[in-house]
Amino acid sequence: MKTQNNRGWFFVLPVLLLVAFNALIPIMTVVNYSVQETFGNNVFFWQGLDWFQQLLNSDRFHAALGRQFLFTGLILVIEIPLGIIIALSMPRQGVWVPVCLVLMALPMLIPWNVVGAMWNIFTLPDIGLLGYLMNHTLGINYDMTQNPLAAWVTIITMDVWHWTSLVVLLSYAGLVSIPDAYYQAAKIDGASNWSVFRYIQLPKMKTVLTIAILLRFMDSFNIYTEPFVLTGGGPGNSTTLLSIDLVKIALGQFDLGPAAAMSLIYFAITLLVSWLFYTLMTKDDAK
Amino acid sequence: MKKRYIIPIVYIAFLMLPIYWLVAMSFKTTNEILAGFSLFPQTFTLANYRVIFTDPTWYWGYINSISYVTLNTVISVTVALPAAYAFSRYRFLGDKQLFFWLLTNRMAPAAVFALPFFQLYSAVGIFDTYLAVALAHTLFNVPLAVWILEGFMGGVPKELDETAYVDGYSFPRFFVTIFLPTIKAGVGVAAFFCFMFSWVELLLAKTLTAVAAKPIAATMTKTASSAGYELGLLAAAGTLTIIPGAIVIYFVRNYIAKGFALGRV
Repeated sequence: MKTQNNRGWFFVLPVLLLVAFNALIPIMTVVNYSVQETFGNNVFFWQGLDWFQQLLNSDRFHAALGRQFLFTGLILVIEIPLGIIIALSMPRQGVWVPVCLVLMALPMLIPWNVVGAMWNIFTLPDIGLLGYLMNHTLGINYDMTQNPLAAWVTIITMDVWHWTSLVVLLSYAGLVSIPDAYYQAAKIDGASNWSVFRYIQLPKMKTVLTIAILLRFMDSFNIYTEPFVLTGGGPGNSTTLLSIDLVKIALGQFDLGPAAAMSLIYFAITLLVSWLFYTLMTKDDAK
Repeated sequence: MKKRYIIPIVYIAFLMLPIYWLVAMSFKTTNEILAGFSLFPQTFTLANYRVIFTDPTWYWGYINSISYVTLNTVISVTVALPAAYAFSRYRFLGDKQLFFWLLTNRMAPAAVFALPFFQLYSAVGIFDTYLAVALAHTLFNVPLAVWILEGFMGGVPKELDETAYVDGYSFPRFFVTIFLPTIKAGVGVAAFFCFMFSWVELLLAKTLTAVAAKPIAATMTKTASSAGYELGLLAAAGTLTIIPGAIVIYFVRNYIAKGFALGRV
């Protein structure tokens, strides 16, 4: 049992000060910019909600948002089941377990721009391993810089390569926590593999899967570096996801007002969807 | 060997292929790379690595990256420890709201914060220092560290605290000599994740540095665009960035999965 004690505030004070400095001040800066217009020289004019209105009606924003949802949707649909399948088929004990875990976790520790550069080298049409195989051995015309479909397939494959292991590690942690007695009982009852999965393994993995889905959602929704290094948002605008578009406006064109309005809407969408996921997945627990 | 093991084997092979290609490329000469396709390096060369280890703009990139990542890990875990203790032991006014607010910072797109951070840190005069990047990365690492540590601390029975007080321990002495050793696995996991997310992040690290604290990742992107496209050199630099992660991961291999599994949702 936890005790009611407002001394807790004293312990969270360092975190509070740090986060207040780090999150509140920048967010207030963004809010400030989002309602003003500037022509440089630090002269600002009150603009009201014009930037928000303009953004919500802009085709460019709708397109980037659409691509972002498509990307994140595909990522979740592929990585979550794939991660579960791999976790289910891994050995539960023995010398190979740490070997598997270390090798699988490796992609997650590679700097994101190196991931992008690595996949770029890997897929170059004439000198990359994958690019060469596709173009010269299989005879499929595959060039990311020309073909939007190839660019999409590549960024999706890259993210599956990069992050499926997170789902695997979390699911695996959930699986090894199931006592042997559960499986023995299922065996006596003559349960099929499917019922073992549906009624024993899946419920036990629920907590970790909630974390996995939330983390994968947040991170794929905020993704910037890997697709930026790999495709630069191209060909054309076909892989310009929200973050890439935002950085173009904020740091490239230095349009502070529109960029700030976009930032706030972007952040709000991330929060809203995360909250929806969280509420939907934990609503059974509350009963 | 069971038939189902084929799935993890194929998966690991898929993970290793691009890494192999990067490593193989780093041992090739520029001529060989541009000449065409070769599965193994034909003329094995260490020239790319020699450039990195002798040119200060390259090796300082690594030193800078390691410096701010270490600083960030220390700051994040230090401030997260007492906070996590409070969340796991006490109920206080607004604790749930505060916990959720902390987690929302983990959801913040880095792109949103890049420009305001640049202005804020320039204003307080820490732009282009290790501290700037380390502080910026606490934005997403502190919530994560609090979350993981709270999970581990929640697993320690409250009787431990009470017994210590009865035995006459003061709070700081209890925390350092009894409580910390009990949750050292949790501290290890939290430090691992802080290291990981700070090591791999580029957007903020690049925006907040110019020369003195420039991360290796930024050196790489700059080289890629300025000195033509030296793929071999880029591949060697990339290969070297994998090594710190591989070392850290080896130490926590038995705890990686547990780290999140114990955290509360």
